[in-house]
Amino acid sequence: MKARDYSLRGEGTKHAIEAGLVAANWYHSDVPRSQMKELMRRSDSQAIKDTILLYGCMIALASMGLYLWPTWWSAPCWLAYGVLYGSASDSRWHECGHGTAFKTRWMNDLVYEIASFMIMRNSVVWRWSHARHHTDTYIVGHDPEIAIMRPPKIWSLVLRFFGLSDIKQYLISMLRQAFVGLNAEESCYVPNDQIPKVVLVARISSVIYGATLALSVYNASILPLMFIGLPRLYGAWHHIMTGLLQHGGLAENVLDHRLNSRTVYMNPISGFIYWNMNYHVEHHMFPMVPYHALPKLHAMIGNDLPPANKSIYAAFAEMVPAIWRQRSDPDYYLRRELPESAKPYRIDLHEGALGRLPDLVTK
Amino acid sequence: MIWIDACGVEDISPEDLISINYEGQILAIYHGPDGKFYCTSGLCTHESVNLADGLVMGFVIECPRHNGQFDYRTGQALRTPACDQLKTYAIKLERGRVLINLVGGDTALK
Repeated sequence: MKARDYSLRGEGTKHAIEAGLVAANWYHSDVPRSQMKELMRRSDSQAIKDTILLYGCMIALASMGLYLWPTWWSAPCWLAYGVLYGSASDSRWHECGHGTAFKTRWMNDLVYEIASFMIMRNSVVWRWSHARHHTDTYIVGHDPEIAIMRPPKIWSLVLRFFGLSDIKQYLISMLRQAFVGLNAEESCYVPNDQIPKVVLVARISSVIYGATLALSVYNASILPLMFIGLPRLYGAWHHIMTGLLQHGGLAENVLDHRLNSRTVYMNPISGFIYWNMNYHVEHHMFPMVPYHALPKLHAMIGNDLPPANKSIYAAFAEMVPAIWRQRSDPDYYLRRELPESAKPYRIDLHEGALGRLPDLVTK
Repeated sequence: MIWIDACGVEDISPEDLISINYEGQILAIYHGPDGKFYCTSGLCTHESVNLADGLVMGFVIECPRHNGQFDYRTGQALRTPACDQLKTYAIKLERGRVLINLVGGDTALK
């Protein structure tokens, strides 16, 4: 079985261009302009409240962890702090990167830089990477953010819940970006005039991590790393859990987000940590709608989308068998039934890509 | 100087835009909060996304896909991933119609 070529300069890239999948027009549900303007309207208040709550909880939990250190009673504090540090930072990175969380630009930019540092992503590289993800969502050879490449490696996915592979990859990238430069893949989507910013961010991050590590060694204690760095390991599980659901088991090389993205209803705590990114079909169709307006958008266009999964558990129950099957049949994907009120999937936009009609490979 | 009849002044709400296709050229026409009208090329300079679905905030137009932002009075790119500026065109109003001069320019008339 031949693995797909997900590199940004390989066969997949060439094929995607030839098939007309790159920077293409995508299907959008109908939303009247007046309502869309209302949905896109920016506001600071909700994000300020959420950010005060997030950082307030982090300070309180870290303080309790410090007070109870080194007893095991501090463990629950660190576990909760870790989720806020190593998972909630993913959604803050995402929303502020889109510039939609706050109305005020410097607030978006400040929270974006803090969150990028915590989630261990170079803020400049990933801003461009995510722009490409939105242009060419799950287009093989063009999207640098495909989370589950086919055939899936199950153990690699499991390790991600502990942040192991991510951290190793990040530290290598950080040092390379700080002292060598971009690699070939990054050069595909980061413009040359952004390179000095990439280097600056990587060097600042290197200094902070270096100082934290030095402090730990000097004190012969991992305590400093419990605040900075390690939470990205022990608190990563929630953002991996929610992140895999975004597109896992769904189609590649299609131009209709209803085929490659998933909306999942979540409990309020996960919803806060994930900042409503569980409305992922809606987000990809209309990326400039702020997180706090996504439930309203969902209510407006839900009758044109596949039914949302009722819970995280239900979504995993749907996704895991599909991923398991993709180990031996990489062309397989889940094609969810649309409600009668929905417009049909726009397979005409992408049919023939990779030499195979997507509607022949169904659930 | 040739002026193209693009639309009526009533066709664009204040702080909004419309897109027109003139012989294959996509143009964006804005009704600014100052009551003036402005015209730029209609595709984002980042990845050619039509700006018609974007949000107008004051004198800023935001690309509906990637958050690139421009000052539509001057075309200046204000936020990455938009780096190159939009082309701007002169506009004049006559008998309730918005006229555009595609030769170039960056003036806006009330």
